[in-house]
Amino acid sequence: MATAFKFDLVSPERLLVSQDVASVVIPGTEGEMTVMADHAPTMTSIKPGVITVNAATGGAERYVVFGGFADILPEGCTVLAESAVHVDEINREDLARRIQEAREDVADAQDHETRTKAEEFLAQLTTLEGAILPA
Amino acid sequence: MASLKDLRNRIASVKATQKITKAMQMVAAAKLKRAQEAAEAARPYSERMGAVLANIAGAVSGSDAPPLMAGTGKDETHLLVVCTAERGLCGGFNSQIAKLAREHIRSLLANGKTVKVLCVGKKGYDVLRRDYGQHIIDRVDLREVKKIGFDNAHGIARQVIGLFEKGEFDVCTLFYSEFQSVMSQVPTAQQIIPAAVPASDEAAQASDAAYEYEPEAAAILADLIPRNIAVQIFRALLENAAGEMGAKMTAMDSATRNAGEMIDKLSITYNRQRQAQITKELIEIISGAEAL
Repeated sequence: MATAFKFDLVSPERLLVSQDVASVVIPGTEGEMTVMADHAPTMTSIKPGVITVNAATGGAERYVVFGGFADILPEGCTVLAESAVHVDEINREDLARRIQEAREDVADAQDHETRTKAEEFLAQLTTLEGAILPA
Repeated sequence: MASLKDLRNRIASVKATQKITKAMQMVAAAKLKRAQEAAEAARPYSERMGAVLANIAGAVSGSDAPPLMAGTGKDETHLLVVCTAERGLCGGFNSQIAKLAREHIRSLLANGKTVKVLCVGKKGYDVLRRDYGQHIIDRVDLREVKKIGFDNAHGIARQVIGLFEKGEFDVCTLFYSEFQSVMSQVPTAQQIIPAAVPASDEAAQASDAAYEYEPEAAAILADLIPRNIAVQIFRALLENAAGEMGAKMTAMDSATRNAGEMIDKLSITYNRQRQAQITKELIEIISGAEAL
């Protein structure tokens, strides 16, 4: 059994998780990563996706996050999510609304750079939708 | 002298007012609890955000810092974001914030700066419109919002950052009321652009760990700072919401007490007059009987 470490998941509105965990899977912008105890200090931004928290006591919880940051230290890991919900509580309309907004952002984008960014975000959202909502 | 009927009506109306103020006090107390909880729930995020920011700011050297942090290098145009409540009847809460903002505007104007004002909340707009109407560039209405969410703050932050990117202002200051206790809310001015650089000792302590950045530090910082602005605004809105309810509760409490005192006084006058009238009627009857 892997050593446990401290994991916090906070959104601006509240603290969602603060517990000892065995490992956490974080959807980093540069690719998914699994964080375990004694990880090298890393700071990464995260894309919309699912965080899987494997509790030290066994059992896994999944949370949907929409962008944010992860601050990883050997002794703990903090995820600052722009908004986060438990995977069971995600509602379809909210996700649909976000996707709609992202589509509008793509349409509104003035220059190439913002358009690329917006398109990327939209793609991440649609992937997420496919992953968590069975069609 | 008011007649007995008038007095009775006065007492009835004061009683009705007292009932209303009492109900408002209780509503405010219930809402205060929720607002306070929301403010407390938001605290871990802003604290951690501060720590992360301190960390990363130490890693990015001065020249690489994005303009939102370094500023435009000028100090000409000031944007004041004035956050107040949407509703009145909360004592001096709104006027205190407005007063602080007004003093600030006056001193900036005296120094020959250009001032722009963004009003969040109706009450601040109403007050500032009178003296500085031409400086107000926009107002944000949160009246329809039942519970302040991060989205509201994010919207305001986006607007502010948009203005900054267009070069509409150099310095942005946020005005709100800091919630200290139910009895005391302190109007506060906080500079959000250029972002206040985190305390150096804190940064030094945090940067002991050699961080790896994914993507590189500058890119994260460029993303982090706008978010930090939104978090600051969010915090201001939550503090304001809690403060407003606290102020309202106190104001309504004293209003209820005043109404009680007034009822007491009016009842004394009423009883006295009733007594006098009875006496007068008795005298009339007795002197009538004696005359026979």
